[in-house]
Amino acid sequence: MINLLTNNWSEFISGFGWTLLSSILALFFSLIIGSLFAILEVVPNKFLRIVGNVYVEVFRNIPLLVITMFFYLVIPLYIVKINGFTAGTIGLTIYTSAFIAETVRAGINSVDIGQMEASRGQGMTFWQAMRYIVLPQAFKYVIPPLGNQFVNLVKNSSVLAFVAGFDLMYQGNAIASQTFETVNTYVIVGIFYLIITLPISYYMQHLEKKLA
Amino acid sequence: MQNWIDAYSWINIRFLLQGLWITILISVISVILSFIIGSVLGIIRYSKVPYLSKIVGFIIDVIRNLPLLLIIFFVYFGLPAFGFKPDTIPAAILAMTVFESMMIAEIIRSGIMAVDIGQMEASRAMGMKMYQAMWHIVLPQAYKKMIPAMVSQFISLIKDTSLATIIVVPELMQHGQVVYGQDPNYIIPVFVAMALMYFVVCYALSLLSKFIDHRMA
Repeated sequence: MINLLTNNWSEFISGFGWTLLSSILALFFSLIIGSLFAILEVVPNKFLRIVGNVYVEVFRNIPLLVITMFFYLVIPLYIVKINGFTAGTIGLTIYTSAFIAETVRAGINSVDIGQMEASRGQGMTFWQAMRYIVLPQAFKYVIPPLGNQFVNLVKNSSVLAFVAGFDLMYQGNAIASQTFETVNTYVIVGIFYLIITLPISYYMQHLEKKLA
Repeated sequence: MQNWIDAYSWINIRFLLQGLWITILISVISVILSFIIGSVLGIIRYSKVPYLSKIVGFIIDVIRNLPLLLIIFFVYFGLPAFGFKPDTIPAAILAMTVFESMMIAEIIRSGIMAVDIGQMEASRAMGMKMYQAMWHIVLPQAYKKMIPAMVSQFISLIKDTSLATIIVVPELMQHGQVVYGQDPNYIIPVFVAMALMYFVVCYALSLLSKFIDHRMA
């Protein structure tokens, strides 16, 4: 196993890097998109609320693979040529943003409604109250579930293997099919994933206990 | 427009529906198996048996933090090295069950923890044994509390079966690929149809979970 690791070190590390990069990019963009849709779900305007709801429900109930493959096949066909990594990261971002929207919305709802009312009573607009009063408080409730979303994101980034996204899973498959050492290769790939996911999920469990 | 009409010919739609049937079949079998295994593992982890609970807990944490896709690969391409070569559908069910059992074990454990400790203490004080108190008093209350988490886990499972397409399990995603493989013009219509099928099943389940939750509250 050590030989396998050292012989293919650069492939493993580049796969690890691409997985991490895709996860971080997708987290960053899905945080922005997800927060926007979360706010849409709680605004007073009914039409915007419906838009937010539809987005969240649609993308939460369709498999990530369907979304990713759609972007991988359709964007190059009609719009612009993109590689598997880009298509995969776009798919990941959209899928995750729906879950983050749900998480952030739950966070906003867990802030006492009196906070919003008091801010409005002070003469703030809805957006000011949201920005300065509600969201900073909601953020505290949201951190542990967001951490868990990041763990899911790292695990889900393995769908990049379907679209030749150079990620860890993709490299692992390439190595497994070259060396025929399937078991050892998949064990090493698993350890690389655990290096990212285990510490975060333990830390989030610890945070959850502390905040509870 | 003609593309859409051609893509939605009855032969294609029927083929997709057959895929959906396999998807549901794999999901239901896996969730039943995972529920049983997950309950046992969750209770073991909860009950703090020396060594055993720690080991089970560690295994749960490790598998939960791995991508399901990796487990599917491991089962299908890795296990033959140990002389066990499952067919595609059993391999998918095995991989799903291993992964989901760990997810469900965690749901069960947190469900049990959410039941007031006084329930267990009172049952023990009434002269019940640990397993009797667990079976008759604590678990029924815990299961009620974990219905929403359980249903959303089931929804993830249904969505995740699409990953099994990589080992050519004849489920919805795989059948979709076969259909749009005939003609690039079918790609968008087929994706819309597939997305709709997954959506209907998953969204119906999430509505059901909300409804049950509402009635119980």
